[in-house]
Amino acid sequence: MTLETIKSELEANIPGCRLEIVVNGSPSGQNSLLVEAEHAFKVARFLRDASDLCFDFCSNVTGVDWPSREIAEKIRVKKLVDGVEKEIEELKKTTTPGYLEVVYHLFSQQLKYGPLPLRIRTRDRDRGVHLPSLTPIWRSAEFQEREIFDLFGVIFDGHPDLRRILMWDGFVDHPMRRDYVEPDDFEYEPTAHDDVLQRAEQHLSKAGGR
Amino acid sequence: MSTTTCPTALAPIDGSEEQLLEISMGPQHPSTHGVFRMNVVLDGEHVVKLKPIFGYLHRNHEKIAENETYLGSMPYTDRLDYLCSITNNWGYALAVEKLAGIQVPERAEYLRVITGELTRLQNHASLIGFLLQDMGSSGTPLMYAFREREKILDLFEQLTGSRMMCNYMRFGGCRVDMPAGWLDRAKKVVQEFPRFLDEYEQLLVSNEILMERTQGIGVLSRELAINAGVSGPMARASGVNCDIRKLDKYSIYDRFSFRVPLGAHGDVYDRYMMRFLEMRESLKILNDAMRDIPPGPIVDPKMRIRGFRPKPGEAYGRIESPKGELGFYLISDGSPNPYRYRVRPPSLINLTVLEDLCVGLNVADVVAILGSVDIVLGEVDR
Repeated sequence: MTLETIKSELEANIPGCRLEIVVNGSPSGQNSLLVEAEHAFKVARFLRDASDLCFDFCSNVTGVDWPSREIAEKIRVKKLVDGVEKEIEELKKTTTPGYLEVVYHLFSQQLKYGPLPLRIRTRDRDRGVHLPSLTPIWRSAEFQEREIFDLFGVIFDGHPDLRRILMWDGFVDHPMRRDYVEPDDFEYEPTAHDDVLQRAEQHLSKAGGR
Repeated sequence: MSTTTCPTALAPIDGSEEQLLEISMGPQHPSTHGVFRMNVVLDGEHVVKLKPIFGYLHRNHEKIAENETYLGSMPYTDRLDYLCSITNNWGYALAVEKLAGIQVPERAEYLRVITGELTRLQNHASLIGFLLQDMGSSGTPLMYAFREREKILDLFEQLTGSRMMCNYMRFGGCRVDMPAGWLDRAKKVVQEFPRFLDEYEQLLVSNEILMERTQGIGVLSRELAINAGVSGPMARASGVNCDIRKLDKYSIYDRFSFRVPLGAHGDVYDRYMMRFLEMRESLKILNDAMRDIPPGPIVDPKMRIRGFRPKPGEAYGRIESPKGELGFYLISDGSPNPYRYRVRPPSLINLTVLEDLCVGLNVADVVAILGSVDIVLGEVDR
């Protein structure tokens, strides 16, 4: 079963769902399916329950951080300079907005094929980090989604037990984000000495006050 | 035995004088295989609720690997599941080879299979030892198992220079070839191994106390095993036919004839027996591989060690590690470091069902169930 047939079957069965195939440039050739967050739950349920797809085994759940990037392009424009038309170079800057991405690697234990990487993206990196949890469909996502919540800060709506899993409960930041600033003193958490606390505050303001 | 801390009494159940007791089992509990903690709520001896707590050994391996070159994190993968470093190396090498499209020479594939299956032998041998130790047969079975494991670790030392942190694989091959006489010594160890298995099985498999403690305990159904992503011997004990050596046929596993043992009940006893049966199948593979190993180069001659920059793209590579499905997910942006590096830890995901297995049973059964899951905390916490 190719990715195109899976895509057309999904689009035929789930009204209003738009999918996109993300092409992979590496020799592995594992292209993936990009799903919008609104339809992700329905798509996942269909992938699991449809008898000809039968993706019953969600192996791996990964978070990926894509911060906003500034792309500087040099373009040549024709302009009038002192009454003479000249071709000059101009620097055009475009910023692509950042987002967090969650990748589910699906396999079929029954039909013995895979992987199908399923990607879901958040709206942005600060307030719109909500995604539907797929734990009700695949239990294997339970700890892995908790880990992504802990290390990347994606909030999974509908997760039965969304707590930090690897870092301690009082921890503030999300260490796997690309712009994470390491604390300059790890001792601040258990021992609250004044000067250490002050340094910790400085650190947190440096980290963007998250 | 118990290193529980500060039991807290909760509200009494209506109509009885009994109380629920919340106990923190671990992180220094000897049966937790490291620094794993479970918050257990007990009604008398029975487990009502069990919440695993992780992170005591968390080093953020993934972040470290993203700030390191591709080859630079190869020695670090040894420290994930520190009992089977060679299969960790293999999983990582396989993912990078998929990402960059590297071919592995014939001899290197054979070396990988031989060392990988030896790793499986020593992991399963020590696991059954640990499991019996956890269930209270103190000392002897563990020492028997460790005596065999020691012989294999000696082989690893002669081959790679290290007993546990082998750092053996490279992208497109292996680091060093076998020293003179190594193959004969390895053959001798493999030939003597069935004697240990027979002796061990005679001692313990039909042991009445062991059967009483393990049969019908911690039953994992086939459906839950698939849905919860359980892999490896634990899934096969529940009857899921999911050996990645057979499914993906990675490396050269399609050349060997071996069977995949499957359990019928999915209880602790089945999971325990699964290891015995798998060791016997591994011995078959080892005998074939040691007989057939061809001469030749051990690393792809076109492979550049320095300045290794795969094309932008991504790859998910997985192997059948002794614990289950060990996967590596890599995203390259064309730089010398991986943009995203993710380990799919079989130990952590196999623990998803721990609460389902334990609820309603006694505290002593929790220890046996946890032992049969086979976790290593270096991999759970990363």
